[in-house]
Amino acid sequence: MTVWTTIALVAVVTFAIKGGGPALFGNRALPPALTRVVVLLAPALLAALVVTSAVADGPRLQLGADTGGVAVAGLLLWRGVTVLPAVLLAAAVTAGLRWAGLP
Amino acid sequence: MIERERLRAGLRASAPYAAASLLLSFSFGAVATAAGLPKVAAVVMSAVVYAGSAQFASVGILAAGGGVGAAVAAAALMNSRFLPMGVALGPSLPGGPLRRALQGQAVVDTSWALAARGDGTYDRSFLFGHSAPQYACWVIGTGLGVLSAGLDTKALGLDAVFPAFFLALLIGELRKGTRTSTGVALAGAALALALLPFVPVGVPVLAASGTALVGLRART
Repeated sequence: MTVWTTIALVAVVTFAIKGGGPALFGNRALPPALTRVVVLLAPALLAALVVTSAVADGPRLQLGADTGGVAVAGLLLWRGVTVLPAVLLAAAVTAGLRWAGLP
Repeated sequence: MIERERLRAGLRASAPYAAASLLLSFSFGAVATAAGLPKVAAVVMSAVVYAGSAQFASVGILAAGGGVGAAVAAAALMNSRFLPMGVALGPSLPGGPLRRALQGQAVVDTSWALAARGDGTYDRSFLFGHSAPQYACWVIGTGLGVLSAGLDTKALGLDAVFPAFFLALLIGELRKGTRTSTGVALAGAALALALLPFVPVGVPVLAASGTALVGLRART
Protein backbone atom coordinates (compact mmCIF):
# COMPACT_ATOMS: atom_id res chain seq x y z
CA MET A 1 0.00 0.00 0.00
CA THR A 2 2.83 2.34 0.95
CA VAL A 3 4.33 1.72 -2.48
CA TRP A 4 1.19 2.65 -4.40
CA THR A 5 0.52 5.72 -2.26
CA THR A 6 4.09 6.86 -2.89
CA ILE A 7 3.79 6.30 -6.63
CA ALA A 8 0.51 8.24 -6.82
CA LEU A 9 1.87 11.15 -4.80
CA VAL A 10 5.17 11.29 -6.70
CA ALA A 11 3.19 11.33 -9.97
CA VAL A 12 0.99 14.22 -8.77
CA VAL A 13 3.95 16.20 -7.44
CA THR A 14 5.93 15.66 -10.66
CA PHE A 15 2.95 16.78 -12.76
CA ALA A 16 2.60 19.93 -10.68
CA ILE A 17 6.30 20.76 -10.82
CA LYS A 18 6.67 20.15 -14.56
CA GLY A 19 3.42 21.93 -15.32
CA GLY A 20 3.77 24.82 -12.87
CA GLY A 21 6.26 26.88 -14.84
CA PRO A 22 4.46 26.66 -18.18
CA ALA A 23 1.06 27.30 -16.55
CA LEU A 24 2.23 30.47 -14.83
CA PHE A 25 4.63 31.83 -17.43
CA GLY A 26 2.95 31.74 -20.79
CA ASN A 27 2.23 34.18 -23.55
CA ARG A 28 4.73 36.73 -22.42
CA ALA A 29 8.32 37.13 -23.39
CA LEU A 30 10.86 37.21 -20.61
CA PRO A 31 12.89 40.40 -20.19
CA PRO A 32 16.46 40.12 -21.61
CA ALA A 33 18.15 39.82 -18.21
CA LEU A 34 15.90 36.88 -17.27
CA THR A 35 16.50 35.32 -20.67
CA ARG A 36 20.22 35.30 -19.92
CA VAL A 37 19.48 33.57 -16.62
CA VAL A 38 17.37 30.97 -18.43
CA VAL A 39 20.14 30.24 -20.93
CA LEU A 40 22.60 29.76 -18.07
CA LEU A 41 20.29 27.42 -16.13
CA ALA A 42 21.19 24.42 -18.28
CA PRO A 43 24.95 24.40 -17.59
CA ALA A 44 24.34 25.08 -13.88
CA LEU A 45 21.80 22.26 -13.44
CA LEU A 46 23.61 19.76 -15.64
CA ALA A 47 26.98 20.32 -13.93
CA ALA A 48 25.36 19.86 -10.52
CA LEU A 49 23.62 16.66 -11.62
CA VAL A 50 26.87 15.24 -12.97
CA VAL A 51 28.97 15.90 -9.87
CA THR A 52 26.31 14.88 -7.34
CA SER A 53 25.88 11.53 -9.07
CA ALA A 54 29.50 10.85 -10.09
CA VAL A 55 31.53 11.86 -7.05
CA ALA A 56 29.01 11.16 -4.31
CA ASP A 57 27.09 8.25 -2.93
CA GLY A 58 23.90 9.71 -1.49
CA PRO A 59 24.87 12.45 0.99
CA ARG A 60 28.54 11.40 1.15
CA LEU A 61 31.34 12.50 -1.14
CA GLN A 62 32.85 9.35 -2.51
CA LEU A 63 35.17 8.70 -5.40
CA GLY A 64 34.44 5.28 -6.80
CA ALA A 65 34.54 3.15 -9.89
CA ASP A 66 31.74 5.23 -11.41
CA THR A 67 33.82 8.41 -11.00
CA GLY A 68 36.52 6.83 -13.15
CA GLY A 69 34.04 5.65 -15.75
CA VAL A 70 32.40 9.06 -16.02
CA ALA A 71 35.78 10.80 -16.22
CA VAL A 72 36.83 8.61 -19.16
CA ALA A 73 33.50 9.32 -20.86
CA GLY A 74 34.04 13.04 -20.31
CA LEU A 75 37.44 12.93 -21.93
CA LEU A 76 36.05 11.12 -24.97
CA LEU A 77 33.01 13.40 -25.25
CA TRP A 78 35.33 16.38 -25.20
CA ARG A 79 37.31 14.82 -28.05
CA GLY A 80 34.10 14.55 -30.08
CA VAL A 81 32.88 11.00 -29.36
CA THR A 82 29.06 10.79 -29.51
CA VAL A 83 26.68 10.12 -26.61
CA LEU A 84 25.92 6.42 -26.88
CA PRO A 85 29.46 5.05 -27.24
CA ALA A 86 30.61 7.40 -24.47
CA VAL A 87 27.85 6.21 -22.12
CA LEU A 88 28.49 2.54 -22.91
CA LEU A 89 32.20 3.02 -22.32
CA ALA A 90 31.50 4.77 -19.01
CA ALA A 91 29.55 1.69 -17.89
CA ALA A 92 32.26 -0.69 -19.17
CA VAL A 93 35.10 1.20 -17.45
CA THR A 94 33.06 1.40 -14.23
CA ALA A 95 32.37 -2.34 -14.36
CA GLY A 96 36.08 -3.00 -14.91
CA LEU A 97 37.23 -0.77 -12.07
CA ARG A 98 34.66 -2.30 -9.75
CA TRP A 99 35.78 -5.79 -10.72
CA ALA A 100 39.28 -4.62 -9.80
CA GLY A 101 38.04 -3.77 -6.31
CA LEU A 102 37.01 -0.10 -6.32
CA PRO A 103 33.75 0.76 -4.47
CA MET B 1 0.70 24.05 -34.91
CA ILE B 2 3.30 21.35 -34.54
CA GLU B 3 5.94 21.73 -37.24
CA ARG B 4 6.37 18.23 -38.65
CA GLU B 5 9.88 18.91 -39.89
CA ARG B 6 11.05 19.94 -36.41
CA LEU B 7 9.18 17.02 -34.81
CA ARG B 8 11.08 14.64 -37.10
CA ALA B 9 14.35 16.43 -36.32
CA GLY B 10 13.64 15.84 -32.63
CA LEU B 11 12.85 12.16 -33.25
CA ARG B 12 16.09 11.68 -35.17
CA ALA B 13 18.18 13.50 -32.59
CA SER B 14 16.69 11.46 -29.75
CA ALA B 15 18.00 8.04 -30.88
CA PRO B 16 21.19 7.96 -28.75
CA TYR B 17 19.36 9.47 -25.78
CA ALA B 18 16.54 6.96 -26.10
CA ALA B 19 19.10 4.15 -26.07
CA ALA B 20 20.73 5.58 -22.95
CA SER B 21 17.27 6.00 -21.41
CA LEU B 22 16.71 2.28 -22.03
CA LEU B 23 19.90 1.45 -20.07
CA LEU B 24 18.99 3.81 -17.25
CA SER B 25 15.41 2.57 -16.88
CA PHE B 26 16.66 -1.01 -17.10
CA SER B 27 18.76 -0.36 -14.02
CA PHE B 28 15.81 1.40 -12.36
CA GLY B 29 13.61 -1.67 -12.91
CA ALA B 30 16.27 -4.00 -11.54
CA VAL B 31 17.08 -1.76 -8.56
CA ALA B 32 13.40 -1.16 -7.68
CA THR B 33 12.55 -4.85 -7.79
CA ALA B 34 15.61 -5.70 -5.72
CA ALA B 35 14.40 -3.06 -3.22
CA GLY B 36 11.12 -4.91 -2.84
CA LEU B 37 8.81 -3.00 -5.16
CA PRO B 38 6.23 -5.20 -6.93
CA LYS B 39 7.24 -5.62 -10.59
CA VAL B 40 4.03 -3.99 -11.86
CA ALA B 41 4.51 -1.03 -9.51
CA ALA B 42 7.96 -0.25 -10.91
CA VAL B 43 6.65 -0.21 -14.49
CA VAL B 44 3.57 1.85 -13.55
CA MET B 45 5.81 4.31 -11.75
CA SER B 46 7.94 4.83 -14.85
CA ALA B 47 4.81 5.32 -16.95
CA VAL B 48 3.13 7.88 -14.69
CA VAL B 49 6.16 9.68 -13.24
CA TYR B 50 8.76 9.72 -16.06
CA ALA B 51 11.46 11.45 -14.05
CA GLY B 52 14.45 9.21 -13.45
CA SER B 53 16.25 10.90 -10.60
CA ALA B 54 12.99 11.32 -8.63
CA GLN B 55 12.15 7.65 -9.12
CA PHE B 56 15.58 6.47 -7.98
CA ALA B 57 15.48 8.82 -4.99
CA SER B 58 12.00 7.87 -3.74
CA VAL B 59 12.48 4.13 -4.24
CA GLY B 60 15.85 4.36 -2.50
CA ILE B 61 14.20 5.95 0.53
CA LEU B 62 11.40 3.37 0.66
CA ALA B 63 14.04 0.62 0.41
CA ALA B 64 15.97 2.16 3.29
CA GLY B 65 12.82 1.99 5.41
CA GLY B 66 11.78 5.63 5.01
CA GLY B 67 8.13 6.70 5.01
CA VAL B 68 5.87 7.95 2.23
CA GLY B 69 6.44 11.57 3.26
CA ALA B 70 10.22 11.33 3.03
CA ALA B 71 10.06 9.47 -0.29
CA VAL B 72 7.72 12.03 -1.87
CA ALA B 73 9.71 14.96 -0.49
CA ALA B 74 12.93 13.56 -1.96
CA ALA B 75 11.23 13.13 -5.33
CA ALA B 76 9.91 16.69 -5.18
CA LEU B 77 13.36 18.06 -4.41
CA MET B 78 14.94 16.02 -7.18
CA ASN B 79 12.30 17.33 -9.57
CA SER B 80 12.56 20.90 -8.37
CA ARG B 81 15.01 21.63 -11.21
CA PHE B 82 12.05 21.23 -13.60
CA LEU B 83 10.51 24.37 -12.08
CA PRO B 84 13.06 26.80 -13.54
CA MET B 85 13.09 24.73 -16.76
CA GLY B 86 9.30 25.09 -16.99
CA VAL B 87 9.47 28.82 -16.30
CA ALA B 88 11.97 29.10 -19.16
CA LEU B 89 9.84 26.99 -21.49
CA GLY B 90 6.46 28.58 -20.68
CA PRO B 91 6.54 31.56 -23.04
CA SER B 92 7.36 29.24 -25.97
CA LEU B 93 4.16 27.21 -25.49
CA PRO B 94 0.77 28.14 -26.98
CA GLY B 95 -2.64 27.78 -25.33
CA GLY B 96 -4.12 28.40 -21.90
CA PRO B 97 -2.51 27.52 -18.56
CA LEU B 98 -3.82 23.92 -18.48
CA ARG B 99 -2.75 23.22 -22.04
CA ARG B 100 0.70 24.65 -21.37
CA ALA B 101 0.96 22.58 -18.16
CA LEU B 102 0.16 19.43 -20.16
CA GLN B 103 2.75 20.27 -22.80
CA GLY B 104 5.25 20.88 -20.00
CA GLN B 105 5.03 17.17 -19.07
CA ALA B 106 7.19 16.39 -22.10
CA VAL B 107 10.16 18.04 -20.41
CA VAL B 108 13.06 15.81 -19.46
CA ASP B 109 16.56 17.22 -19.01
CA THR B 110 17.81 16.12 -22.41
CA SER B 111 14.85 17.25 -24.49
CA TRP B 112 14.68 20.57 -22.66
CA ALA B 113 18.40 21.28 -23.13
CA LEU B 114 18.37 20.37 -26.82
CA ALA B 115 15.12 22.17 -27.65
CA ALA B 116 16.65 25.47 -26.54
CA ARG B 117 17.23 27.76 -29.50
CA GLY B 118 19.95 29.60 -27.56
CA ASP B 119 18.07 32.90 -27.46
CA GLY B 120 15.85 32.04 -24.51
CA THR B 121 13.07 30.50 -26.61
CA TYR B 122 12.29 26.82 -27.13
CA ASP B 123 11.32 24.71 -30.12
CA ARG B 124 8.34 22.75 -28.80
CA SER B 125 7.94 20.55 -31.89
CA PHE B 126 11.53 19.42 -31.45
CA LEU B 127 10.89 18.94 -27.71
CA PHE B 128 7.94 16.61 -28.30
CA GLY B 129 9.79 14.65 -30.99
CA HIS B 130 12.82 14.30 -28.76
CA SER B 131 10.87 13.29 -25.68
CA ALA B 132 8.49 10.67 -27.13
CA PRO B 133 11.04 7.91 -27.93
CA GLN B 134 12.72 8.50 -24.58
CA TYR B 135 9.38 7.98 -22.83
CA ALA B 136 8.68 4.76 -24.71
CA CYS B 137 12.18 3.46 -23.95
CA TRP B 138 11.84 4.54 -20.33
CA VAL B 139 8.76 2.35 -19.80
CA ILE B 140 10.03 -0.59 -21.90
CA GLY B 141 13.45 -0.49 -20.20
CA THR B 142 11.82 -0.61 -16.76
CA GLY B 143 9.84 -3.66 -17.87
CA LEU B 144 13.02 -5.40 -19.03
CA GLY B 145 14.72 -4.40 -15.78
CA VAL B 146 12.06 -5.89 -13.49
CA LEU B 147 12.25 -9.13 -15.48
CA SER B 148 16.01 -9.25 -14.89
CA ALA B 149 15.81 -8.52 -11.17
CA GLY B 150 18.65 -10.07 -9.22
CA LEU B 151 21.16 -8.80 -11.75
CA ASP B 152 23.92 -6.81 -10.05
CA THR B 153 23.55 -3.45 -11.80
CA LYS B 154 26.56 -2.00 -9.97
CA ALA B 155 28.83 -4.81 -11.15
CA LEU B 156 27.71 -3.96 -14.69
CA GLY B 157 28.65 -0.32 -14.13
CA LEU B 158 25.10 0.87 -14.85
CA ASP B 159 25.34 3.53 -12.13
CA ALA B 160 27.72 5.43 -14.43
CA VAL B 161 25.06 5.71 -17.15
CA PHE B 162 23.14 8.55 -15.50
CA PRO B 163 26.10 10.91 -14.84
CA ALA B 164 27.78 10.10 -18.19
CA PHE B 165 24.52 10.91 -19.94
CA PHE B 166 24.27 14.32 -18.26
CA LEU B 167 27.94 15.00 -18.86
CA ALA B 168 27.30 14.55 -22.59
CA LEU B 169 24.58 17.19 -22.43
CA LEU B 170 26.74 19.51 -20.36
CA ILE B 171 29.65 19.31 -22.80
CA GLY B 172 27.24 20.05 -25.65
CA GLU B 173 26.04 23.13 -23.75
CA LEU B 174 29.56 24.34 -23.05
CA ARG B 175 30.55 23.90 -26.70
CA LYS B 176 27.85 26.26 -27.92
CA GLY B 177 28.04 28.50 -24.86
CA THR B 178 30.31 31.28 -23.75
CA ARG B 179 32.93 31.73 -21.07
CA THR B 180 30.11 32.75 -18.73
CA SER B 181 28.38 29.40 -19.17
CA THR B 182 31.59 27.54 -18.33
CA GLY B 183 32.00 29.67 -15.21
CA VAL B 184 28.39 29.05 -14.19
CA ALA B 185 28.81 25.30 -14.70
CA LEU B 186 31.93 25.23 -12.53
CA ALA B 187 30.29 27.38 -9.85
CA GLY B 188 27.14 25.22 -9.91
CA ALA B 189 29.17 22.03 -9.55
CA ALA B 190 31.25 23.47 -6.70
CA LEU B 191 28.18 24.76 -4.85
CA ALA B 192 26.37 21.42 -5.20
CA LEU B 193 29.38 19.52 -3.84
CA ALA B 194 29.85 21.97 -0.97
CA LEU B 195 26.21 21.62 0.11
CA LEU B 196 25.95 17.87 -0.44
CA PRO B 197 26.94 16.63 3.04
CA PHE B 198 24.66 19.09 4.84
CA VAL B 199 21.29 19.22 3.09
CA PRO B 200 18.67 16.68 1.92
CA VAL B 201 19.10 14.89 -1.41
CA GLY B 202 18.04 17.10 -4.33
CA VAL B 203 18.68 20.43 -2.64
CA PRO B 204 22.28 20.77 -3.90
CA VAL B 205 21.11 20.57 -7.53
CA LEU B 206 18.32 23.07 -6.94
CA ALA B 207 20.72 25.45 -5.18
CA ALA B 208 23.17 25.17 -8.08
CA SER B 209 20.54 26.66 -10.38
CA GLY B 210 21.00 29.87 -8.36
CA THR B 211 24.40 30.39 -9.98
CA ALA B 212 22.59 31.17 -13.24
CA LEU B 213 21.42 34.39 -11.60
CA VAL B 214 24.77 35.87 -12.59
CA GLY B 215 23.04 36.30 -15.97
CA LEU B 216 21.03 39.14 -14.45
CA ARG B 217 24.04 41.38 -14.86
CA ALA B 218 26.67 39.56 -16.91
CA ARG B 219 26.82 40.05 -20.66
CA THR B 220 26.82 36.51 -22.04
